[in-house]
Amino acid sequence: MSQNVVTYKKPPLGKALKRDIQMHFWKYVLIIPILVYLALFCYKPMYGLIIAFKNYRPSRGIWGSPWVGFTWFETFFKDPYFFRLLRNTFRLSFYSILFGFPAPIILALLLNEVTNTKFKRTVQTITYMPYFISLVVACSLVKIYCQADGLFSQIGQLFGAAPQNLLIDPAKFTPIYVLSGIWQNIGWNSIIYLAALSGIDQEQYEAARIDGANRFQQVLHITIPGILPTIMILFIMRMGSILNVGYEKVLLLYTDATYETADVFSTYTYRMGLQNQKYSLSTAVGLFNTMVNIVFLLFTNWISTKTTESGLF
Amino acid sequence: MAKKETVTMHGMAIRKSTGDKIFDVFNTLILLALCFVTLYPMWYVVCASFTNNTYLVAHPGAIWWPHGFTTGSYKMAFEHPLILSGYKNILMILAISLPINIIMTLFCGYFLASKGMMFKGPIQFLIMFTMFFSGGMIPTYLNIRSLGLFNSMWSLILPGAISVYNCIICRTAIQAVPESLTESAYLDGANDLIIVFRIILPLIMPTIAVLLLYYGVGHWNSWFPASIYLTDNYKLPIQNVLRSILIANSNILNAAASESDKVDEFAEAIKYSTIVLTTVPVLCIYPFLQKYFVKGVMVGAVKG
Repeated sequence: MSQNVVTYKKPPLGKALKRDIQMHFWKYVLIIPILVYLALFCYKPMYGLIIAFKNYRPSRGIWGSPWVGFTWFETFFKDPYFFRLLRNTFRLSFYSILFGFPAPIILALLLNEVTNTKFKRTVQTITYMPYFISLVVACSLVKIYCQADGLFSQIGQLFGAAPQNLLIDPAKFTPIYVLSGIWQNIGWNSIIYLAALSGIDQEQYEAARIDGANRFQQVLHITIPGILPTIMILFIMRMGSILNVGYEKVLLLYTDATYETADVFSTYTYRMGLQNQKYSLSTAVGLFNTMVNIVFLLFTNWISTKTTESGLF
Repeated sequence: MAKKETVTMHGMAIRKSTGDKIFDVFNTLILLALCFVTLYPMWYVVCASFTNNTYLVAHPGAIWWPHGFTTGSYKMAFEHPLILSGYKNILMILAISLPINIIMTLFCGYFLASKGMMFKGPIQFLIMFTMFFSGGMIPTYLNIRSLGLFNSMWSLILPGAISVYNCIICRTAIQAVPESLTESAYLDGANDLIIVFRIILPLIMPTIAVLLLYYGVGHWNSWFPASIYLTDNYKLPIQNVLRSILIANSNILNAAASESDKVDEFAEAIKYSTIVLTTVPVLCIYPFLQKYFVKGVMVGAVKG
């Protein structure tokens, strides 16, 4: 090992390199397949991003297509669609955070109050289940229940609503998206809070009980402060991806009738790029979205390191 | 429930107050309601898959029990060429992908866990950078085309060969292996390849099991890449066949079936039996690995 060799003078670079490669030869060999993978499937597409600044024609290739500067970005920013996409992306994300973020915390707090371990474990196993169900199945269940004569509509009729297909109503897309997201992820996302809860010193509760604190006071003054750092870190990380709404679920749930509220940057990229073959424009839209996400991530990470002294990097 | 009447503290039993009891009742009710909301859709699907088609068409709302019990829709599903090819394709993808996934992740995790290499910093940066920045949908798509993977099963296997997130989970597990073990192996003349497979691998088996689950479920549930890269219906994995039946409402099944009227006979019920057939395998596996989930989730939340 290099630490064990006593050297008084720094060896010349060439020699050091040679020794490094000799000593760690197999480690470098092991990492070669990963580097090849990264080059082919991660960095090569990044090089492909330059078509956002070109007028890409498949026949002329990425490098051969003519440069057009920021034309595609200008076209996109001037498009009335731009604000609709921005609004929709932000809306879906905002409500997902507003309702989806506290839900697993509440579940974890409720589970923490359960003294019967068997019951607790059963509830956990059941609530993890939807996380393992594929999006295709989850969205098709949503679709079946939202039909004009489906279950939700029948429940609505009990309260006097007219039967309608909920998925073609633009006003109902956000609640459907957010609630189905909570259904699928509440259990899985509660794991981390349960782990944090199990780390709280039990003696604090005993001390509080002796001081006459009731259970609600114990939760308020011990449990919640105990998991607050975890909540803060996860909240900041979640805020960092506020304009990062995945396309898979939206693609499965939206219809032409709900584009007005459901169309987000990534689904627009999909339609423009893969269905209409406007490769350069859609790459520019995708790049814009990625850059905004990175700015948000760096910003929230900066706040995180300032306030909680822990960040991603 | 009688046990719940008291809280133990230093061996002494304290009586619970009335408020506590009321809270316990409400808490239990809320959690039971959550379990109901989670389980009912699945129960509904199971019941519907055994219900005869005429009843399903006439009663689109709630079902509590199979009506006119029949296994016809399952027979139909098992005989259908597209559903069968969907299964065959996804099993083939899993059989090829999972060994690649695990070996690559193990190598990457081992490299990231090792110290002292001159190029570790730059290589680690190259790996981590891909977590935050990527080419995006269109350049990735064009890249797959230019690599000649279009309409090939490899377009689903190779781009997903490794997940950096899983590599970090693997690295953390390897870091927990005592260094003295690898050092003594070095002294006995073992190289890193031997160390990875003979010492590290057996010691991190629980993590490998969780990684297998993550990668496996990921491949099993994935549908988007296949929908843009594959044009041949008989190359589609099962999720995409399912999507055609359930979401797009396409007549993909009828077009492919030789006896199309027979499919019509089970048009509603076959939706549910295919959901059951694709979801049950995954739901049977995860409870066995549940106790290891905490580790994996924790890793993702702390510094990368």
